[in-house]
Amino acid sequence: MSAIKATSRLEVRGLSTSFATDAGRIQSVADVSFSIAPGQTVALVGESGSGKSVTSLSLMGLHARTSQAQMQGEAWFVRRDGTRVNLLALREDRLRALRGNEMAMIFQEPMTSLNPVRTIGAQIAESVRLHRKLDRAAANAHALRMLELVEIPAAAQRVHQYPHQLSGGMRQRVMIALAMACDPTLLIADEPTTALDVTIQAQILALMGRLQKETGMSVLFITHNLGVVAQYADAVAVMYAGRIVESAPVHALFADPQHPYTRGLLECLPGVARRQGHSLAQQAGFQLFSGPATPRRTRLLAIAGQVCSPLSPPPGCAFAPRCPKREGVCDCAMPALQSTAPDRQVRCTVLARQPIANHHDPVTA
Amino acid sequence: MSVDSRWSLQLRRLFARKVVVLAACMLALIVLVAAVWPAVSGADPNAIAVSERLRAPSAVHWAGTDELGRDVLLRIVHGARYSLLIGCVTAAGAVLLGTLMGILAGFFTRLDAPLMRLVDAMMSFPDILLGIALVSILGVSLWNVMLALVVVYTPRVARVVRAATLVLRELLFVDAARALGVRTHRILWAHVLPNLMSPVLVQLTFIFAYAILAEAGLSFLGVGVPPEIPTWGTMIAGSLEYSDRAIWTVLFPGLAIVLTAVSLQMLGDGVRDMLDPKLKKAV
Repeated sequence: MSAIKATSRLEVRGLSTSFATDAGRIQSVADVSFSIAPGQTVALVGESGSGKSVTSLSLMGLHARTSQAQMQGEAWFVRRDGTRVNLLALREDRLRALRGNEMAMIFQEPMTSLNPVRTIGAQIAESVRLHRKLDRAAANAHALRMLELVEIPAAAQRVHQYPHQLSGGMRQRVMIALAMACDPTLLIADEPTTALDVTIQAQILALMGRLQKETGMSVLFITHNLGVVAQYADAVAVMYAGRIVESAPVHALFADPQHPYTRGLLECLPGVARRQGHSLAQQAGFQLFSGPATPRRTRLLAIAGQVCSPLSPPPGCAFAPRCPKREGVCDCAMPALQSTAPDRQVRCTVLARQPIANHHDPVTA
Repeated sequence: MSVDSRWSLQLRRLFARKVVVLAACMLALIVLVAAVWPAVSGADPNAIAVSERLRAPSAVHWAGTDELGRDVLLRIVHGARYSLLIGCVTAAGAVLLGTLMGILAGFFTRLDAPLMRLVDAMMSFPDILLGIALVSILGVSLWNVMLALVVVYTPRVARVVRAATLVLRELLFVDAARALGVRTHRILWAHVLPNLMSPVLVQLTFIFAYAILAEAGLSFLGVGVPPEIPTWGTMIAGSLEYSDRAIWTVLFPGLAIVLTAVSLQMLGDGVRDMLDPKLKKAV
């Protein structure tokens, strides 16, 4: 562990973010810790409202001032020159000098994240003129090179075009070119493929993978799509209600999900449901979606209940009200994140009391 | 696809409507006549010829003469210079100030309440009343009328720009610009302001028309431009008591006002339709 820590490019420790609302302060993200090594991809997975995006915005320092975000914890980022800075404690002007330069972000909506009245070339050039102090001609030449890098055909013409003249996939390529313009060492991708159709998704992922290999940047990949995670990420952190409930290397997580929520998520994948015939779900004790199930067509699983409201969190484990393995002890206190293997952590009281070897065999448990 | 293709496309769409072409031609004609005629003819619009007073339109005086024997058409042409000047300066001043106020109020939450309450206070007065009050305080002169009209029309622009900025502020490309490390003043200048062009352009044309009408109104009421300057408003005001005998003394200046204002409104409508993406198909 210590070896990983020493070489990780970003190390987040105990990140908590809360916002002021009319109903008082709500805790959006609590006690989130993870680290990303150079060239590695870590995926943050969870459903809407689980705190994935808030985590990324906290790291970038991009919360709106009106939301009165309060952040605790540390986020140590290793700069190009080797110095380590805590992103959460950095002054705004120093953080701004990092943004777009050493750490960049890609947003979910390629349709609205480009300025509609400026040419895409000008938008890419803006970033390099800002951080690299290039003159206009050099910046424009750089913009053209970036468009070629993200495989946009006829880049010399495209560079003078406006966002509305480009398709969704093209715009996301432009967003990637924008983010990559200053050759960042950390890329935060907030659901970069969610708004795209599946074939374009695959192209964009392939492009990001290629660029990552070429530049050795680290990627924090935020998504709710487990299929994308399996294809793209090196390590996964599953979030639920603002907390990481399970973190593991990608193969280990898919082969042997430990937290009941992770299992439920995996069971929601149509491919998994068909292949395994709900063995995992039934083991985990989930109720299958009601209705006549024919032998040839298995029904998809849905995790019963709703995500708890951040205004009135349950007293103990946040997942307890929906958890099939719930016990009395689950309602007493929020379980701690515990290591079950050198590189795996799970936040579950019930699991921790059972021998690890037996946990996926509930008949004997 | 060149850089300017977007604008040439927009202009083609703008002039696809006949009424817009008509309005633009009308305005071009007015500007041309106002610019060229006085220089070519060299006649004095204030030259008094008492023997020629209140003559009906004829081959010599196409639009007749007024109570002091001055040529009405010549005075209308000279008046066009002043009316267009007042329209231009007022529209430009109100748009500059109003955009600045609106963008600050819309983007910075702290400035919103103070600036907008000021705007509310100014808008609570009827336009012409506020104009009268301001000119009364400042004194009657051409520049004071323009200053007063700028004060009157700035709040309108500020409101429109603030509303548009509130929407733009929340759009993702503003966040994306911040994520690239762009400074706030640069975000306002390079990302928000260009997106405000369409509402501002529309306001520009409408305020141009309103200002010409308002100047005529103020001059008519005696708190506008000094009477020796031949604006359309001062012409109507000066000749009103003779209008029962010599209708041409007020009819032609009035027509000039209507024609200019209507043309500007038409052009404003055209610009608004051109810039409204929802109407693209209909045009």
